[in-house]
Amino acid sequence: MADWYTNFANSGVGTTITKQLGLPRPAVLRRYEPGGPLLPGPAVIGTAGDGRLRDALARVLAGADVSVLPAVDPDGEKPAAVLLDGTGITGPGQLAAAHDFLAPAVKRLRPSGRVLILADPPAATGSPATAAARQALDGLVRSIGKELLNGSTANLVLVPEGAEAALASPVRFFLSGRSAYVDGQVLTLSAAGVPAGEDDERPLAGRVAVVTGAARGIGAAIARVMARDGAHVVAVDVPAAGESLAGVANEIGGTAFQLDITAADAPARLVEHLRERHGGVDVVVHNAGITRDKLLVNMDAARWNSVMAVNLQAQLDITEALLAADGLLRPDARIVCVSSQSGIAGNRGQTNYAASKAGIIGMVRVWAPTFAERGATINAVAPGFIVTEMTAKMPFGTREVGSRINSLQQGGLPVDVAETIAWLSQRGSAGVNGQVVRVCGQSFLGA
Amino acid sequence: MATTRPVPGRRAAVIGGNRIPFARSNSAYAQASNQDMLTATLDGLVARFGLQGEQVGEVVAGAVLKHARDFNLTREAVLGSRLSAATPAYDVQQACGTGLEAAVLVANKIALGQIESGIAGGTDTTSDAPLAVNEDLRRVLIQLNSAKTLGDRLKALRGLRPGQLAPEIPRNAEPRTGLAMGDHAAITAKEWEIGREEQDELTVRSHQNLAAAYDRGFFDDLVTPYLGLTRDQNLRPDSSMEKLATLKPVFGEGPDATMTAGNSTPLTDGASAVLLASDEWAAERGLPVLAHLVDAQTAAVDYVHGGEGLLMAPAYAVPVMLARQGLTLQDFDFYEIHEAFASTVLATMKAWEDPSFCKERLGLDAPLGSIDRSKLNVNGSSLAAGHPFAATGGRIVAMLAKMLHEAGPGRRGLISICAAGGQGVVAILES
Repeated sequence: MADWYTNFANSGVGTTITKQLGLPRPAVLRRYEPGGPLLPGPAVIGTAGDGRLRDALARVLAGADVSVLPAVDPDGEKPAAVLLDGTGITGPGQLAAAHDFLAPAVKRLRPSGRVLILADPPAATGSPATAAARQALDGLVRSIGKELLNGSTANLVLVPEGAEAALASPVRFFLSGRSAYVDGQVLTLSAAGVPAGEDDERPLAGRVAVVTGAARGIGAAIARVMARDGAHVVAVDVPAAGESLAGVANEIGGTAFQLDITAADAPARLVEHLRERHGGVDVVVHNAGITRDKLLVNMDAARWNSVMAVNLQAQLDITEALLAADGLLRPDARIVCVSSQSGIAGNRGQTNYAASKAGIIGMVRVWAPTFAERGATINAVAPGFIVTEMTAKMPFGTREVGSRINSLQQGGLPVDVAETIAWLSQRGSAGVNGQVVRVCGQSFLGA
Repeated sequence: MATTRPVPGRRAAVIGGNRIPFARSNSAYAQASNQDMLTATLDGLVARFGLQGEQVGEVVAGAVLKHARDFNLTREAVLGSRLSAATPAYDVQQACGTGLEAAVLVANKIALGQIESGIAGGTDTTSDAPLAVNEDLRRVLIQLNSAKTLGDRLKALRGLRPGQLAPEIPRNAEPRTGLAMGDHAAITAKEWEIGREEQDELTVRSHQNLAAAYDRGFFDDLVTPYLGLTRDQNLRPDSSMEKLATLKPVFGEGPDATMTAGNSTPLTDGASAVLLASDEWAAERGLPVLAHLVDAQTAAVDYVHGGEGLLMAPAYAVPVMLARQGLTLQDFDFYEIHEAFASTVLATMKAWEDPSFCKERLGLDAPLGSIDRSKLNVNGSSLAAGHPFAATGGRIVAMLAKMLHEAGPGRRGLISICAAGGQGVVAILES
């Protein structure tokens, strides 16, 4: 599944050549496989100050059959994950303790290892010194991400007081292969009731999930992963893409629903279909998107309007219709909106696309409290350079540069985006709301 | 004439349908076989209703133009589809009535409780048509095959002639008259004094109605694209009286010939399928019941010696069915009269309005009367969509069921399909 250069750089002769020439040395990433262990080795947990999450973390790891090393032994077993409970940090002085723990631990980290730091949100204090120290962790994590080799990642989870119960799902995600291409991210949890008893192997069992743009590419990957995790997938795409849409639906045991989401009656038709066939809906993944690239000065109204209609307005209209349809959206529903790196960093020739994808982020943040009241969530996922049919058509140089300018030195795969979306769709992810998760390998763009 | 109204028992429900866009002959589907198209159509139906691995009661379908190798066409298509391999299937063939007849057969078994669900369909290709070896050559080859000695074989081979290389090509002609179906229709058109203008008007309306239906997304859950085709290839949204007027007549003779390539259906490739079931089966799966198949009737006319038009049998079948149901011709919200030729539709309606035809041919005291044209083929019919013979019935059943469902409960629709050999298949659906 890795690209040609990653394969080459990991071959015998390729290793020698890339080392001598100082070329990027992307690793073959550890990706999730059903039935496999959450982590391929033990974890080690450290603290800086009097943290409150150590026990909670230990319980999460024990529940996932991850053994915990008592300490980092320079000659002993190497950890596959390094976790730091930073919730005890109240001032810059305690950051040294973080450094003292992390330096030897990260040195011993296995390939495709994980560094995960948990801390309080910087803004949740009146003390400038405390806020400074908490914010410092942000820079620390992002820098660790850039220093890590061999497909390892570093991420930061901010846990406000009261949100401890929501910890398990994000911790498991960041340690697992599901987060292979999620690197350098900061996630803020919120307090939420987390339902118990989710099946680890099939966390979406019994859930009805709508995936738009499911006929090909990232959308098809999302549909496959959701079905693998147990969901019944209602695969949606434009009627013209119906042949491949039917192929995807049949492959995953889902159903195909041909719909132009920009049609005036599309939200009503989707609502009616879901009510008639399924009585409701649990997960909606707004994935459908188009590009109509042109420099702003050359862009005509048709290019601008079609991109806005598909990428942004349809997400707004359909979500509004689902909220308004009495009892249709189940109480613990999950909405995931596909944004883009372009919406964060901007991109030459993509004023329309970037605007639409940035708009999604604004929409998600404002809608989050409304969804929280229902026990539901709405989040955005912003893919970076993802290897698809579309990128295969890019000029060689543009493609190779585009895929290397991130900490993992490679493009992500559609499945990486899909895994993140499937994770956000779990009931256990109740504490992740209004967030923007980038699946970009810690891209240098817009970071 | 039988007029006993049957005791209403369980009625088969139409759940939905699927078809591929119809392609003009030797075009988009030139490389696709009947089995390819039927399999793709079944798979589209499976995807629409989540029937992967499902064992439905029976799949019944057929093709009019059929290769010898396709002796078990429908079962082979089922085996190649995502349906359970334990789904039984059989082929039917009743010329252009094949698709509707298949639906009637499935519905009847459901009504009798012999099956709970079934798929009816049809497929036809005029591009991948079966060519048979020349009849003389066939005899030589059979003789050769049965020869036991070298001498017998040589003797058989002496019968070979260069002229035997010419294949037998299937023709769109009646075996007993040698006339093309269009020539037969032209005779009927002349007999009923069907004018060029009214035929062209019907044609324009068919194209406009079909185009409008596509534009408003009506076919989104009835059609699945195939081999790059997303709409019926024959559809001309910009069709107009002016454009049609430029066409020269292709059927009939003399200055008063009226039938052109525009107001006759072209040769077409395509396939369709309809999912039927008991209400219970549908409810268990959360599937909608669009309409029920209420009744059906076939009829045949003696077009060889009896002085009746080849395509006039539906005019005979409908009153039998109406009488049995205690209905009049006006008791319908929608009429789906298959547009084999514009003149066929017009002649059929004219016959129902004609007192002497209704009295002398149908044995009725009064004419059946006229049809509200605004209820006729409102989403287009074969003139615009094309007519892959066995696929037309499935196209109409699924489409009409959806129209009735959208119109609300208690709505009624009439289907009338003429077929080669002087036959007709008609049916009533009700929401």
